[in-house]
Amino acid sequence: MSAVLEEFARIPEGWTRKHLLDLESLTADEINILLDTAARLKKATRGCRGKVPLLQGRTSANIFFENSTRTRNSFSLAARRLGGDTIEFTSSGSSVAKGETFIDTAKNIEAMQIDSIVVRHSTPGAPHLLAQKVGCAVLNAGDGAHEHPTQGLLDILTIREHRGNLQGITVALVGDITYSRTARSNIWGLKKLGANVIVCGPSTLVSRQWEEFGVEVAYSLDEILPRCDVLNLLRIQFERQATRPFPSVHEYALLYAMNRDRMARAKSDILIMAPGPINRGVEITPDVADGPQSVILDQVTNGLAVRMAALWLTINANDR
Amino acid sequence: MSKILIQNGRVIDPSQSLDRVMSLLIEDGRIAAYAASPTGGEQVIDATGKIISPGLIDIHAELREPGCELDETIATGTAAAVAGGFTSVACLPNTDPPIDSPAVVEFVRHQAQRADNCHVFVLACVSKNREGVELAEIATLKGAGAVGFTDADRSISNSELLRRGLEYCLMFDLPILDHPEVPELSHRGIMHEGKTSLVLGLPGMPAEAEDVRAGRDVRLAEATGGRLHIMNVSTAGSTEIIRRAKARGTRVTSEICAAHFSLTDESLRTFDSNYKVNPPLRSRDHVEACIAGLADGTLDVIVSGHSPRAPEKKMVELDQAPFGMVALETTLPLVITNLIQPGHLDWSQALAKLTINPARVLKLNKGTLCIGADADVTIIDPAVRWVVQPDQFKSKSKNTPFGGMELTGRADYVIVAGKVKRTPQSV
Repeated sequence: MSAVLEEFARIPEGWTRKHLLDLESLTADEINILLDTAARLKKATRGCRGKVPLLQGRTSANIFFENSTRTRNSFSLAARRLGGDTIEFTSSGSSVAKGETFIDTAKNIEAMQIDSIVVRHSTPGAPHLLAQKVGCAVLNAGDGAHEHPTQGLLDILTIREHRGNLQGITVALVGDITYSRTARSNIWGLKKLGANVIVCGPSTLVSRQWEEFGVEVAYSLDEILPRCDVLNLLRIQFERQATRPFPSVHEYALLYAMNRDRMARAKSDILIMAPGPINRGVEITPDVADGPQSVILDQVTNGLAVRMAALWLTINANDR
Repeated sequence: MSKILIQNGRVIDPSQSLDRVMSLLIEDGRIAAYAASPTGGEQVIDATGKIISPGLIDIHAELREPGCELDETIATGTAAAVAGGFTSVACLPNTDPPIDSPAVVEFVRHQAQRADNCHVFVLACVSKNREGVELAEIATLKGAGAVGFTDADRSISNSELLRRGLEYCLMFDLPILDHPEVPELSHRGIMHEGKTSLVLGLPGMPAEAEDVRAGRDVRLAEATGGRLHIMNVSTAGSTEIIRRAKARGTRVTSEICAAHFSLTDESLRTFDSNYKVNPPLRSRDHVEACIAGLADGTLDVIVSGHSPRAPEKKMVELDQAPFGMVALETTLPLVITNLIQPGHLDWSQALAKLTINPARVLKLNKGTLCIGADADVTIIDPAVRWVVQPDQFKSKSKNTPFGGMELTGRADYVIVAGKVKRTPQSV
């Protein structure tokens, strides 16, 4: 254990950020520090099973203004794997219903002397607003359709584990791009690390304007499928859509569901990913979700590794 | 009676194509003479290096009273107007109750008289209770003093109502002012739909939402012969629609808020709710098209679009925050900084859009320094550089994104009906 504590005595030189708000503003070096740290912590905790007391005496608050089980539990467990304590705050059981503003709620929680706030909110920019108002680390656990940086990082870490390097590989993000924060975090992270990114889905959910950011835009999954090294199958964000962007789920599945037939036309070593929760039968059929090319459960484990890294780096950056 | 002699200033009065360094004599609340010499007994203002303009007129400001006094009152709003160089303000009817009855028109005029800061003209509702269903009592409202009809930030969605309104107003030769927006297209939107909204994941308000409505409005104005004024233009498309309509001889006028030629949608990257306005701040190409529309006369009037909102309303998540920014105290400096200094408009063109043009839209007997005219005069320091400090605003609300920004030029003296309401010492 002391060798491990020695290894993590201080955070890497290149990391100075007090918050993790998005991947768009990070450099490739900073993203690599996060990924390397996550990989090292995964190893030090024997695959995220054990504990390393790097955040002993520290408290992380999860404040979630939008439903979540897996991300919230993943952040909690990550803090506890590092020996930290957590408090949980969800909007249903809070003063928000009594009219307290979002900022007041966060400031009250900060006054309980906590070290980091993990925030999820339905409004883009809410974590950014918070970071201006509080003095502790703020980690974005998803802000509306804007970003979900730890999801982007865990997706990239999973690809890196299987492929070693992101340079030159082709990753397609399939489905609802317009309303997906996961898509945005993936786009920035993957592009910065040298991957080719394709966004593919119904024309009402995939803007041509992504081309201006060096992203390939495609409407036909069948056309791009043979070129893809990785498919990341995104959930349809019905809750964010002002109007229905396609006529029926059946029609969507017909065009974009990853199924046995499509697998037969894909590269044999293709990686199938999904940020979850997955809708079996909509974006993915059960045989593919549970098949040999699926790394969906690796993603979940890597979520712990990435969140341990993010908490450790940002909390320590606030100490400096 | 009281006399004021303004000496050595550059008098620019677009209503009579006047641009000359000379003195201006005010007597008994009227413009009395040009090139007069002091005779003793009058107040003398030395305006060396300054610009003397007809008093500025803003035809798009929310004064929030009655009903929304947490945001602004007529007293604080008109004080802000004077601080910003305006001698006349036309206020919008999105109050509570809305200005759809003679009683409310008279209340607003009465409060303005009590405040005694500047002239206030009342824009009343087109529709009863601002619901967009039935015409308000337009003749009665006119009788009480209303000078134009609008449902303020609610676009007139019912095309039949607009058609009837334009026809009905023909009898009085009064304009209908419409905020051009198809709500189904901008539903739940927070910012301009484009590259920046795509990156930020913020719901967009597409330019088409404005263009489509401007096109319909122009067509109905043509069909009825009524007088239409298109409010807060912000897109290349609606600018072009208005340009073509004018070329065909349609009776249409239009306005733009200072924010829309000063800022772009990139500002929303800060997630600061003070940048959340309706219409939204547009992308650079739209801003450039609007500036071209200002330069070629397509856009007649520059307005503040003053929309005060109490701090607690804006200090929330972007989707919860109301649209709007306070603007009366920054509009003239933004015109100077962003239109005149870069050479998009000369002084005479810019001042026309702040004086005689808005006066003509509402048929106000204002906006000119002709001999005998009401002595509403704004003396502008065109070169002073100053930093916007929202806590110094006269407006009750501070929701501006320009705080801390350095701007050039502002009003030194503001004279309303022959009375000096602002001096450089008021700063």
